[in-house]
Formats: sequence, structure tokens, C-alpha cells
Amino acid sequence: MAEPLLGLAGVSKSFGGLRAVQDVTLEVAPGTLTALIGPNGAGKTTLFALMSGFLAPDAGTVRFAGADVTGLPAHRIARAGMTRTFQIVQPFAAQTVRENIAVGAHLHEARRRDALAAADAVARRVGLDAHLGKPAADLTVAGRKRLELARALATRPRLLLLDEVLAGLNPQEIAEMIPVVRGIAADGVTVLLIEHVMQAVMNLAEHVWVLAQGRLIASGTPAQVTADEAVIEAYLGHGTARRLRSRAPGAGGAAGPAAGPAFAGGAPR
Amino acid sequence: MARDLAAIAAFALTVLAITAWAESGVLLTFVTMTLYAALLAQSWNLLGGYGGQFSFGHALFFGTGAYVQVIAQVTHGLNAWLALPLAVGAAAAVGLAVGSLTFRYGLKGSYFALVTLAFAEVFRILAVSVGFTGGGVGMMLPLKESFATMQFGSRKGYVVLVLGFVVAALALTAWLRHSRFGARLQAVRDNEDAARAVGVDPFRAKLGAIVLSGAFMGAAGASYVQMFQYIDPSIAFGPATSVEALVAAIVGGMGTLWGPILGAAALHALAELTRNLFGQLPGLNMVIYGVVLVLIVTFVPRGLAGSGQSLRERLGRRDG
Repeated sequence: MAEPLLGLAGVSKSFGGLRAVQDVTLEVAPGTLTALIGPNGAGKTTLFALMSGFLAPDAGTVRFAGADVTGLPAHRIARAGMTRTFQIVQPFAAQTVRENIAVGAHLHEARRRDALAAADAVARRVGLDAHLGKPAADLTVAGRKRLELARALATRPRLLLLDEVLAGLNPQEIAEMIPVVRGIAADGVTVLLIEHVMQAVMNLAEHVWVLAQGRLIASGTPAQVTADEAVIEAYLGHGTARRLRSRAPGAGGAAGPAAGPAFAGGAPR
Repeated sequence: MARDLAAIAAFALTVLAITAWAESGVLLTFVTMTLYAALLAQSWNLLGGYGGQFSFGHALFFGTGAYVQVIAQVTHGLNAWLALPLAVGAAAAVGLAVGSLTFRYGLKGSYFALVTLAFAEVFRILAVSVGFTGGGVGMMLPLKESFATMQFGSRKGYVVLVLGFVVAALALTAWLRHSRFGARLQAVRDNEDAARAVGVDPFRAKLGAIVLSGAFMGAAGASYVQMFQYIDPSIAFGPATSVEALVAAIVGGMGTLWGPILGAAALHALAELTRNLFGQLPGLNMVIYGVVLVLIVTFVPRGLAGSGQSLRERLGRRDG
């Protein structure tokens, strides 16, 4: 494994008595497309906030591109090349799509004309070019998700943290979005996803970390983690792994080993 | 940008033409006071409209500019034209100080509004208490009409002076609409977290806005002193100027280039009209003024500059 692009070591964060993230250690290699999954409330978004500087960890260190970025403010981390998106989309609603994306592009483009041109180019990459002149408030949910992605992409990140870019989309929209994400990774941007839509995780990620109650409980290929008993129990409750196994004796491989029965339904929300 | 600058030039030429042609003192006074109100509103708009930070104490910068302008001349014998950059710089410095304190700790919304109001009140009380401001009596600029003292024999001179500041404020606003700093400032206004995520430092953006806003407010204060040759703590730091600045900007349309100008013109026209119609019933003009304000905020929330859009939405909602 090459020198990791992002490395967390023993990162913890508590909110009062709630230990949202506990002693998380993980490394993201450059040029990979990986995913962070876990049940609701597992601490995934908190972990993203700790990586990207929106929260400072109580303990542990965050290293990015060879430098210690623990506790740096978010805008400094974005300048270093790590950009996040938000699960609940955060458009600059009063501004047009082009202006929204240009704010991201201004990170590297001082001149307005260059930033607007860069915004147009990024919009083409994510399929928003038809909506460039629209106010962001007029976009559909799928459009806003693309805008969230486009604005982050316009900062020319080395590492893109995507927080549930597929949540709230219909199957058709998900099918359209997946190639966009894959295309970004193919262009050399390292991508770390938080995702509930397992179809997408199985489809996209080469490596998966599973977070439950603030702890990393498993990691591996998508097929490995979805077959992991601890993961199944984290999602469906204590004892389910054993029950599922006894109910389907020798039925392994029916649905493909990758899609364990626990995840057949897609998004466990 | 080029189109905005052309519009600003056309506006300036129109005002100059009216001024050159005007004979009546009433009209010239109207033009002067409207421009002066437009300058207050445009200053407030830089921070409130484009930065989303609603100050209730913009008199803080106004009064600083006014006092520096008069003290530099009266106490230190400085030329009025040399005092002017000092007044503007002092107001900008107060903006820097207040901005550093409030934005460093992330004060926003009503908290920021209250803190600016408190700062203005503190300055008002200080101006009453300390010696070098002349205390509650205020300070008088000796009347000496000449170009060198920036005291013009005719109202026309003041029109040109204030118009110069208004044009500068408009040009700066136009720049905000077409520059990286402006894009970042508006991003912070619309969604601070989203702005941070793409590398915008909210503190620097807001600090820049309050310094620029303070500088123009200081210019307005200096202009006031030159026009009226008198300042006291209530005029300088009292809430009237703060309210005048924000009301004209809100009525005209926050975060727009022409809104504050429109708002200032509309409010002054309304004030003149109600004063002339109901002059015999003192106070009634303020009632009408207030009612119009409520109507505008209710039915044209984007202000006069955004009234077309508000109207379309209202009609669209009825159709749909």
C-alpha cells in the first residue's frame, strides 16, 4: 500500500455523554474509491466532520497528504485538498447553479471569468450543464445532489468526501448518478463515500469500513463486510446472524455471496 | 461588470445634469439628502445585503467619521481634504476592531445586531463623557465657505461631493458582484458551512465587508459635518442614522446594486410628500411613513429592486 492520502489514528469525539466516534483508525490510499457504511446514528457524518475540520477530535490525529491537519479549520483543510459534501444539501439558494459552482472554483481561480469557465466545465462533468442559469433553489432533489457534488469538485480536491449523495434519489436517478461518481474517481480523485444505498456501495467501492455506535467493527471488500456477522448484527440486531444462517441452510450463493440477505432490500433506513 | 459600470456612469451623469439645471433650493436639497441617504444605505448594504450581517449600529462608523472630520480640523487645524481620509480610515479601523471581536466569536443574526447597537451606544456615551469631543454640547465647524475648506457656497458642491462617494460605493458593489471576494462573501451570507467546505474563510470575508462598509459610513459622517457644520453625540452615534441606513436598504432591496438608491429615493419622496400634505398635523407623516414600510416589507419582501420578481411569484401562486 502506498503512502496513505488520509490517515486517522485513534480519533475520538464525544458530545456530552454520547461517545459519537471512538478510537477510529483507518487509512485511505490515494486513487481509491472506498466507502464508509453503518446503521443510522453510527457516527459516520461525525467522522466526516472530524476529517474535514468541521469538528475537532477530542483525541487522536488526522493526517492528510503527509501533514497533520488535526483541528485545523475547515477552510484550511479544503485548501489542502480535502473537500466534503453535505448529506442535507446546502446550496447557496439565492444564487444560480453557475454561481454556486464558481464559489468552489474560486479556491484556485482568482479571476471571476476563469472561475465561471471552470464552473461550466464541472457542470458538464456532473450533468448539470442544462441548468447553469437556474437559481439553485429551483433544482430538483437529484439536481441539488449533483450541485453539491459539482461545487466540491470545482475545488479540484485530491480527496472528495461524499456524504450520502444518493440518499433521496429514485432508482433511475441513482443509476444515473453512479457513473458520475465512478467517472470522478477514474479522473484520479480519491473518493470516500458515506452511503446507505448498498447497491451503490457494492457497485462502486473497492474497500468498505463499517462503523457502528462510533466504532469501526469491520473492514474489507464489500463482499467480505456484508457477510460479516458483526456487521449483520449491527444492522439487524443481536442474534440475527445466527437465525438467518439457520433459516437458510446451505443456500449460500443463491443471491450471490456479495448481497447478503440482510442487505437485499437496499437502503436500510 | 462593464454593464454595471455603464449604468453607474449614466446614473452619475443624470444626477449631475439635474443638479446643473436645477434652480430651486428645494429640489437641490432633495437631491443632496437623497444621495446622502443612498450613501448610508449603500454602506449598510455592503455588510448587510452582501454579507448577511445585519448591523443595528452603523451610526458607530458614521459618528466616528464625523467626529474625526471635525476634530482634525477644529482641534488640530488640519485641512478638510486631509481630514477626510483620516475620517474614512478611522471608521474603517473601528469596523476592523468591531469585526475582529464579533466575527472571531462567530456572533451572527440578532446577536450581531445587538452587539453593534451596544457599541454605538457605548461610543455615544463616551462622546458625551470625554473632553476632546466637546461633550454633550457637540462640536461646531467654523463656517468658512470655500473649496479649500470643503464648505461650498451652493448646495451643488455638496451634491458633487456626496455623489462621488455614492458612485464609489456603487462601483465597489459592482465589483463585489463580479469578483472572488464578492462571491465568497455572498457564499458566507447564504450558507456559512457550505462556504467553509469549499475553502472560504468566513472570518476574512465578513471582516473585509465590515471594513469597507465602515469606511463608506465614515465618508457619510464626514460629509454630514461638512454640510451641517455641527455634530453632537446623539446625531453622531444615536440610532436614527443606523435605522435610516438599514431601512432604506431593506425597502430598496438588500443585496442588489440599485436597491439602496431606490429605497433612499422612495423614502425621501414619501417623507416630503407626507410632510407637505399633512404638515398641519404633526406626527401624521410618521404614521404614513410607518404604514408604507409595513406594506413594503409584507408585500415586496425583496424590496423595490426585487418587486418584479415578488409580483411574478404572487401572481404565479394565484394561478397555480
